[in-house]
Amino acid sequence: MNKIYTRTKTIQEDKVSGFCPGCMHSTVMKLIGEALEELNVVDKASCVLGIGCCGLQMDYMAYDNTTAPHGRACAVATGIKRTNPDSLVFTYQGDGDFASIGLAESMSAANRGENITVIFINNGIYGMTGGQLAPTTLIGMKASTAPKGRIAEEHGYPMHMCEILNQLTAPYYLERTSCNNPANVAKTKNAIKKAFQNQLDGKGFSMVEIVTGCPTNWGMDPLKSLEFIEEKMLPEFPLGVIRDRSKEA
Amino acid sequence: MARVFMKGTEAIAEAAVRAGCRFFAGYPITPQNEVPEYMSRRLPEVGGVFVQGESEVASVNMVYGAASAGTRAMTSSSSPGISLKSEGISYCAAARIPMVYANFARGGPGVGSIQPAQMDYLQATKASGNGGFRMPVLAPATVQEAVDLTVLAFDWADRDRTPVLLLADGVIGTMMEPVQLPEAKTDEEVAAIKESKKSWACIGHPLDYAHRAWIQPGNWSTLVMQQVNEEAAAMYKSWQKEAKVEEYKTEDAEIILTAYGICGRIAKSAVNLLRAEGIKAGLVRPITVFPFPYAAYDRIDYSKVKAILDVEMSIPALFVEDVDAAVKGRAPIETCLCSGGNIMSREAVIKAAKKVVEG
Repeated sequence: MNKIYTRTKTIQEDKVSGFCPGCMHSTVMKLIGEALEELNVVDKASCVLGIGCCGLQMDYMAYDNTTAPHGRACAVATGIKRTNPDSLVFTYQGDGDFASIGLAESMSAANRGENITVIFINNGIYGMTGGQLAPTTLIGMKASTAPKGRIAEEHGYPMHMCEILNQLTAPYYLERTSCNNPANVAKTKNAIKKAFQNQLDGKGFSMVEIVTGCPTNWGMDPLKSLEFIEEKMLPEFPLGVIRDRSKEA
Repeated sequence: MARVFMKGTEAIAEAAVRAGCRFFAGYPITPQNEVPEYMSRRLPEVGGVFVQGESEVASVNMVYGAASAGTRAMTSSSSPGISLKSEGISYCAAARIPMVYANFARGGPGVGSIQPAQMDYLQATKASGNGGFRMPVLAPATVQEAVDLTVLAFDWADRDRTPVLLLADGVIGTMMEPVQLPEAKTDEEVAAIKESKKSWACIGHPLDYAHRAWIQPGNWSTLVMQQVNEEAAAMYKSWQKEAKVEEYKTEDAEIILTAYGICGRIAKSAVNLLRAEGIKAGLVRPITVFPFPYAAYDRIDYSKVKAILDVEMSIPALFVEDVDAAVKGRAPIETCLCSGGNIMSREAVIKAAKKVVEG
């Protein structure tokens, strides 16, 4: 019998994930590992983790990693990549990290066209700190610091990072995906592979924004959170390729 | 090597390049703009990288990245910008990342003044970021000493995998002096330094948990974290024997002036003039303000000393707290202070010294 699927070696075998049930960090971590293996670049991988639940995986991943101060991952990645162009340097950041405290670092790295890859996890909430309002929290969605839900007049509107970065000239590839069903998981993996390949080809800044759930802080069971993604998150954050310079003449 | 006439900022930048620095990220702030400007044209000449960061916060984190990937890296700023860098410095200290940064200190607090001051002493020596870490803090009194200490800073940073702070001020940065620059490291030597860090550098390793690079400024395990703290504390303690100090005409002194950085130099000049007038003055000038050279204050003959005169460009006095801890009550401590960007005058130091001696 042929073995057609096996666990990625980029996750340590003896470790048990500490992610909550229904959390998609573990899914994305697996996809990144598979992408690295399929591109045969595990030994070049240099991962810069953001602060928050993102950082939980530092104990599980088997390849090189560091943790940036909150929001600074794109700056740290810039320093690594500029001095080690042969490394495959990617950041792994949540919405608070990438789109709030790190907005200047994120925008500026994208604007410089740094030849790095950003894996941006958008679940509309601060996870590790306990469900506070995020820049991507939906209108009406409750948060521990917005007990009446996000109110536009008070909190403004959800930020669409792919579309914001699309205003810049330098970024090479911007795609938004999700992991709420098997088809979207497959698309996410393809997007990650493409974003890594862009870097290997020296194309510049690529970002994959992945719309995920946070059952714990959304106050839902995992299945309900999948429905919430489909019904509420994706209409606000439509999936698809926002920018792909390889398709331009 | 021939002597050249250089401004402090540019001399420090050139010394860094010669010491093998191949990455610099910085953000404009007066009075240190010549450092990033110099690096922007100099580093590409030697295959290095300069990035103007979008902020001090981003710049220090770019250095964190470059240094965690094995490259000798540096940033610089001035007082308000140094505050912004403190986040990244703390992370470098925690993750044991060797890096060098320079503070061309100016008046404070807040935006303060753009002229020279020594008001960042406590921040530099006691708490350069959260979490109780320490690091070598080198305080040059001349452009030549700044050059020499820049080279030492990179070596010390690499040896102990620690940030090192060059605590200069607006005078050291903006004055021009003849300096003898160090021999430049060859491309092979620079490559060898980077190669020596390859085992831990976050650049990609063969897939093997035991050999992955894992550069973490923290740990999920409180037990591991305490162990990390204990190892760091032992290292900080071990640095005490490496404290550097200039002791000048202290043996028979009836008054000891004590100062660091540019005030140390001004005080030394005052010692010579006081001696010419028959007043037995001496000087203790810490060159490393961390580790602080406590032993130099133990070597003072307190039976002859009427008082210690603390000279610093800071109001309130800050350096005096370490002096007080070193003198341990063996002599009264007087102060001669200015601040706000005003530069200490030699005449003011002489006047203050005479007042102490003559009563």
